Amino acid sequence: MDSIRMCDLAPGRTGVVLSLGNTGAMKRRLLDLGLVEGSRVKCLGKSLWGDPAAYEICGAIIALRSADCSKILLREVCE
Amino acid sequence: MSTYTVALTGNPNVGKSSLFNALTGLHQHTGNWTGKTVETAKGFFQTTQRRYELVDLPGTYSLAAHSEEERVARDYLLSGAAKIVVVVCDASFLQRSLHLALQCLSLTGNVMICVNFMDEAEKNGLVLNLDRLSEALQIPVVGCTARNKRSLQPLLSAMDHFSPRRSQPDPERTPEEIAERAKELYEMTVTEAPECASVSFRKSDAVLTGTVFGLAITILSLALLLWITIRGANLLSDLLSKALTPVGSLLDCAFSVFPPWLHGLLYDGMWRVLSWVVSVMLPPMAVFFPLFSLLEDAGVLPRIAFTLDRPFRACSACGKQALTCCMGLGCNAVGVVGCRIIDSPRERMLAMLTNCFTPCSGRFPILASVSAMFFIGEEHALRSAMLMTALLLFSLFLTLTATRLLSVTVLRGAPSAFALELPPYRMPQVGRVLFRSVFDRTVVVLGRAVIVAAPAGMVIWLLSNLPVGDVSLLRAIAHIIEPAGKILGLDGVILLAFLLGLPANEIVLPLILMGYLSSGVLPELASAGDVRAILAANHWTAETALCVSAFTLAHWPCSTTILTMYRETHSLKWTIFGVLLPTCVGVCICMLLHGAFSI
Repeated sequence: MDSIRMCDLAPGRTGVVLSLGNTGAMKRRLLDLGLVEGSRVKCLGKSLWGDPAAYEICGAIIALRSADCSKILLREVCE
Repeated sequence: MSTYTVALTGNPNVGKSSLFNALTGLHQHTGNWTGKTVETAKGFFQTTQRRYELVDLPGTYSLAAHSEEERVARDYLLSGAAKIVVVVCDASFLQRSLHLALQCLSLTGNVMICVNFMDEAEKNGLVLNLDRLSEALQIPVVGCTARNKRSLQPLLSAMDHFSPRRSQPDPERTPEEIAERAKELYEMTVTEAPECASVSFRKSDAVLTGTVFGLAITILSLALLLWITIRGANLLSDLLSKALTPVGSLLDCAFSVFPPWLHGLLYDGMWRVLSWVVSVMLPPMAVFFPLFSLLEDAGVLPRIAFTLDRPFRACSACGKQALTCCMGLGCNAVGVVGCRIIDSPRERMLAMLTNCFTPCSGRFPILASVSAMFFIGEEHALRSAMLMTALLLFSLFLTLTATRLLSVTVLRGAPSAFALELPPYRMPQVGRVLFRSVFDRTVVVLGRAVIVAAPAGMVIWLLSNLPVGDVSLLRAIAHIIEPAGKILGLDGVILLAFLLGLPANEIVLPLILMGYLSSGVLPELASAGDVRAILAANHWTAETALCVSAFTLAHWPCSTTILTMYRETHSLKWTIFGVLLPTCVGVCICMLLHGAFSI
C-alpha cells in the first residue's frame, strides 16, 4: 500500500487520506473543511505556476498550497 | 406581537446573505460587532403569526472559536439570544455544510436547517430527501431558493411553527466523528448525485487558472474594469458637477447675507472644496465598486486570488492581497477595509499598510494629466495608456517590495493557513449588489471624506485669503517650505498642495494651480493646454513631472484612509506607521530622482 504526498497527486486522480502532518491553525482549517483521515480527495487541477492546486474535498473545491499538501499522505485509489 | 430573534449561520458562499436580504428587504443595516472587525447584519421581517429579528452571523467553516468570526458566531449561539438558529446549507455541497450543522447541535437545541440553491441542485439532477434528514437529526429541515421569494414559504412556515424538539444540545464530537456522521447523513439524504463540482471546475477553471492564456485574461479583465471605471467616472463627474451648480448658486445667495469674509469662508472655501471632493471622489467609486461587487458575487474573485497567489507569495504576501490592491484602485480606504478577507492578522496588516501604494482613483487624474502633459505632448490615447500601465506596474513593484521589506523586519512570521474555496460561478444578483456596494462602501467612505473636506476647505480659504505683507498666507508658507520642496525635485507650492490635499488627493492638482495663480479660490477644471501653460510658467520641467508622479504614488494616505486604518487596526502605533511608511518611501525616491537629475 503505497502512500503519496497530496502535492504529488496528479490532476484527475483521487486519493484517500492516511494522515495529516500539518499542525496548528492549518490543521484545524483542514479538519473543518472535511479533510480527515479516511476522506476522499480528488485533484482537479493546478494553477499556472503549479501551486496552489485545486482539490475536491467533501464536495467542494478548495485550493491548497504545495507546502501544506506535502504534509498530507494519501493512498491513491482508482475512480 | 412579540419579536423572535433568529440567527442565520452557515458556511461561506451558501447564499446566507441572499436569504437574509430576501427576508428582510431594506429593513436591515450592516455594522460591526462592537470592537471587532467582523461584519454582521440585523434586520426585521414579519409573517402573519410573528415578528422576527434576523441576525446574520459571519459565515464560517466551523464554530471551534479559532478565528474572530468563529468566536463571534460561537459566542452568539451560546448566549441563547436566538430562539431559532437556522443553519443555511448549499444543496450541491451538503456534506460539508452538515459539519457545521452538527457543531451547532452541540451548542444549542434550537436548530433548524435550510437548504439553499435547490434550483441549482435540481438543474444538475441532484435529488435530496430532506424528510429523511429531518428524521435522522430530529430537527426541521426545509429547502428553498433564496432568489425566489415564493420558495421561502416552507421556511417561514417552519419558523412560525418551530418548537425545539431537542431539550439538550448534543455532546461535543471530534472532527473525525463529525466528518463520519456528516458522511452518513449525506448518504442518507442524497439519492442521486451526478458529478457537479468537478464538472464546473473542468470546464472553465482549468483554462482560467492553469494556463498563461487564463492569466492574460485575468489581467486584461482587470484592465477593462479600470478602463470602464475611468470612462464612466468622467461622465458621472460632469453630471454631478452640473447637478451641484444650482445647489451652489442657492448657497451663494443664502450666504450673501453674511459679511464678505464669512461668505468667502463658507462658499468659496467650504462649499467649493466639498463639492469638488464629492463630484470627483464619488463617481469612480460609484462605478468601480458595483462592478467589483458583481465580480465578487459571480465567484470570479477567488479565481484571481488563486492565480496570483504564487507570485504574491514570493514577496511574502498572499493571493488575496491582489484583490485588496484591486479594491485600492477604486479607493484606498475601501482597500483597507477589504483586507478583512485575509485571515492571517500578520498578512492582513501587511496588506493594509501597503495598500496606499496602489494609486486610488483620486490620484489617477494627477498621474494621467501630469505625465501626459510632459511626456506625450498632445493626446495620444495609446501612449497615455501605456504610460499609465507603466506607472501601475511601478506601484505594484512598490507594493510588493514594501511587503517583502516589512515581512522581514517589523512583521516577521510564517505564511498563513491558506485554504481558498472556489465557489461555483453564479449569476450575480444585481439589485442586492447595487444596494450593498453603494451604501456600504461608497456612502460610508464619502461620509468620512466630507467630514474632513468641509473644515479643510475653510482652512484652505483662510490660508489663501489672509494676507502676509503683499502675498497670501498660502504663498508665504509655500515660500518657507520651498527648500524642502526643492530637495524632493518639487517646489514649495507643490509640497504645500500635497499637504493640504490630505482630505482628498483629488484637490492636489487644483491646489497647485490655485497656488500658482494666487487666486483665493479653487479654480474650475481647466483645459489641459491651460494647465500646461500655467505649470510651464512656474518652472516645471520633466524632472518636476517625474517627481510629482513618484510622490503621488508614495506619500501619506488621505485622511479617509488614515481614519479607516485606525478603525481597522485599533492601533494608533500601526496607523502612524501606515502614514510614515509611504511618506518615507516617497521622500527617498524623490530625493534620488532629484539627485540623479542634478548630476
